[in-house]
Amino acid sequence: MNLKLRVWRQPSGKDTGRLETYEARDVSPDMSFLEMLDVVNEELITTGKRPIAFDHDCREGICGSCGMMINGVAHGPQRATATCQLHMRTFKDGDEILIEPWRAQAFPIIKDLVVDRSAFDRIIQRGGYVSVNTGGAPDGNDILIGKSNADNAMDAAACIGCGACVAACPNASSSLFTGAKITHLGNLPQGQPERDRRVIGMVEQMDIEGFGNCSWFGECQEACPKEISIDVIKQMNHDYVAASARGSNNE
Amino acid sequence: MELNSKVPPGPLTEKWDQHKFDIKLVNPANKRKYSVIVVGSGLAGASAAATLSELGYRIKCFCFQDSPRRAHSIAAQGGINAAKNYQNDGDSVFRLFYDTLKGGDFRSREANSYRLAQLSVNIIDQCVAQGVPFAREYGGHLANRSFGGAQVSRTFYARGQTGQQLLLGAYQALEKQIAKGLVTMYPRTEMLDLVMIDGRARGIVVRNLITGKIESHAADAVVLATGGYSNVFYLSTNARGSNATAIWRAYKRGAAFANPCYTQIHPTCIPVSGDYQSKLTLMSESLRNDGRVWVPKAKGDKRPPNEIPPAERDYYLERKYPAFGNLGPRDITSRAAKEVCDEGRGVGESGRGVYLDFADAIKRLGADTISERYGNLFEMYERITAENPYTVPMRIYPAPHYTMGGLWVDYNLMTTVPGLYALGEANFSDHGANRLGASALMQGLADGYFVIPYTIGDYLARGGINSVNTDMPEFKNTEREIAERTSRLLSIDGKRTVDSIHRELGHIMWDYCGMSRNDAGLHKALELIPQLREEFWTDVNVPGSDVELNQALEKAGRVSDFLELGELMVRDALNRTESCGAHFREESQTPDGEALRDDEHFAYVAAWEYAGADKTPILNKEPLEFESIHLSTRNYK
Repeated sequence: MNLKLRVWRQPSGKDTGRLETYEARDVSPDMSFLEMLDVVNEELITTGKRPIAFDHDCREGICGSCGMMINGVAHGPQRATATCQLHMRTFKDGDEILIEPWRAQAFPIIKDLVVDRSAFDRIIQRGGYVSVNTGGAPDGNDILIGKSNADNAMDAAACIGCGACVAACPNASSSLFTGAKITHLGNLPQGQPERDRRVIGMVEQMDIEGFGNCSWFGECQEACPKEISIDVIKQMNHDYVAASARGSNNE
Repeated sequence: MELNSKVPPGPLTEKWDQHKFDIKLVNPANKRKYSVIVVGSGLAGASAAATLSELGYRIKCFCFQDSPRRAHSIAAQGGINAAKNYQNDGDSVFRLFYDTLKGGDFRSREANSYRLAQLSVNIIDQCVAQGVPFAREYGGHLANRSFGGAQVSRTFYARGQTGQQLLLGAYQALEKQIAKGLVTMYPRTEMLDLVMIDGRARGIVVRNLITGKIESHAADAVVLATGGYSNVFYLSTNARGSNATAIWRAYKRGAAFANPCYTQIHPTCIPVSGDYQSKLTLMSESLRNDGRVWVPKAKGDKRPPNEIPPAERDYYLERKYPAFGNLGPRDITSRAAKEVCDEGRGVGESGRGVYLDFADAIKRLGADTISERYGNLFEMYERITAENPYTVPMRIYPAPHYTMGGLWVDYNLMTTVPGLYALGEANFSDHGANRLGASALMQGLADGYFVIPYTIGDYLARGGINSVNTDMPEFKNTEREIAERTSRLLSIDGKRTVDSIHRELGHIMWDYCGMSRNDAGLHKALELIPQLREEFWTDVNVPGSDVELNQALEKAGRVSDFLELGELMVRDALNRTESCGAHFREESQTPDGEALRDDEHFAYVAAWEYAGADKTPILNKEPLEFESIHLSTRNYK
């Protein structure tokens, strides 16, 4: 099939960007979306033009590197699918595809479709862990965890940190990302001692980074390639109120 | 070159404890005086950086990805082995050690493999304490499953995302230390060279991938945890960015490269579908717990799988290896798939595929149970192939996956360069000629959490490490060499893209140095690779400049190193005329086609020493001595 691509090109964060049009010819339905872009890039290079920059690495939907707005939808039209796992059979001959980077104040553009998501790392730094040093851990079976708690923790822990939730949210809120980590650790006994300071710290960091607030549009869970439920935001809000009421602080 | 493995004396079971007592310690107050560079932030790198910083060392950690959480350890699916014997099925440290040694076809260093099995139990405890959500039974206890090459159930897992959860555990430990200001993290930064001063590793030269700026970093020791080199095959299960540049540059600065020809071809990957293909996707080995592998008995049988009656199917693994059935080790299972496809019995459009069928398991256990165990893998398969594995058998084929070879290290994980360490897949030490499933995660975390934190202290405490800074000529000269190399890449302005050359290299490696190798093919590769390298340096087209984010330039640097490493792999494969584990020389096989070792001539580690550009590298040998076990012929029948 042949497709027309309109792609956001921006040489660097300091430059202004604009949409450029490219033809993608002889696209196989079995190609992934990124393989289609690889082929376009090969042609751009051989015709003396600059290839389109985009983040990608594992190409099996787990590293969270890739992500772009495809026709205005984070990671494109297929549910529960990261961009690298989206295949061209989802499109048809003659389609026009609009490709843009994640757009959020807290994710500044670096180049073309590449954005800076280091804000996510800084949110984790404010408490997205269990403070245990290496060594001295008790036997794994000394900490019993019921199957449903373990499963709920795993559901939330499946987050790949791609940023689609932020990109899909009209407020550019990172609540789904943050709520996922809070829910993962909050469902486990190991996460209890730091539960209050974790939620206070991580929520505060979201504000510092310039992410918006959650106003329950629910777009995040629709865009999430790992289908993380908006319930994790409920959990985060619950924990935040409880922690605030207990007067805990992040010191 | 002298290869001193520094394996401690004494009984196998006591070596590590005795060694920990014998090696020197750095006083807690003195640790902050020492700085360590860690390159790579996967399981080995992140766990090492976090743990060393917890001990008090000043740490700088580097990764080329935009966040340490994206390192390719994240893609490991099936699980992590540990000799906990929670299942009461006869497991023990010694059994895990023996399985590892046997799985590796007796080509690993006994003492290292034993230590790995010993430390496996600590890893699970550590990860549980961090909040890694391992699968649990209803009673709250940790669950296990089986993996290839073992007859006990010792694999711990977090659905099909075990690597992700273990990496996030290590990543979170690392972020905890970054938040305290004890680790400085450099994401989107790629190591391009190692800097040596007075014969010791004293720092690295890196490129900031956003600005293009070349920078130097000095330290008292350098730890490489940069993963493997399967991408030399172009198509592999590795991430697109996975590369060998750090270890290759270390090799060219004097670190011996061990057993480069030991490359693992994983039996269960989604087959290639077209020329544009950019990577191969693994389907976890754990699927072989419940899936049955078969091909039609008749050549060229093009009927849809569901129309082929059971009597006309060849469940060849169960037929050939009744004791292990579908759960044989990877090398043997991969070769068996190649064999039936070579016979013309492969399935799918290309004929390079075999079925992995869940129909019997679904009948026995119900679709719900299968979905609980493998749901995410089935979904991934369907997204890629548009076929539903609940109703149509999966099609799978072997693909390059893991490299057992890597930088030679001693028992302390130090390379032949003083002060330079290699951890995880980047070193060679624990898996011999073939790695068992669920053992890569185990080794990465053992090295990072529990080995290097002890052994690096011994080096630092012995003293003699002078103070250095990045204004010294050794740093400036290396920076200049890197800048010259970069401008050379950008100025060739030829006709071929980096990817097209990389793909061609991949074909050469796959055809002549892949699942089976022979003398004529290897000689052919030895002709073709230098020609392709010449073509790269005269006709490659790298667009853009060196002062911006330039992904084509990044790729060009990595491929230029693969073009050299590929040749070393071929040389090593030529030298080793025996078959062992994943290295199958067609000239050396038993009458029924199994790998035939030659212990008399090849019970050694081949450690290659760089001799200069365009010079044949020097082969050094570390003899492998086995004190606790008898060398036997592997038998999975």
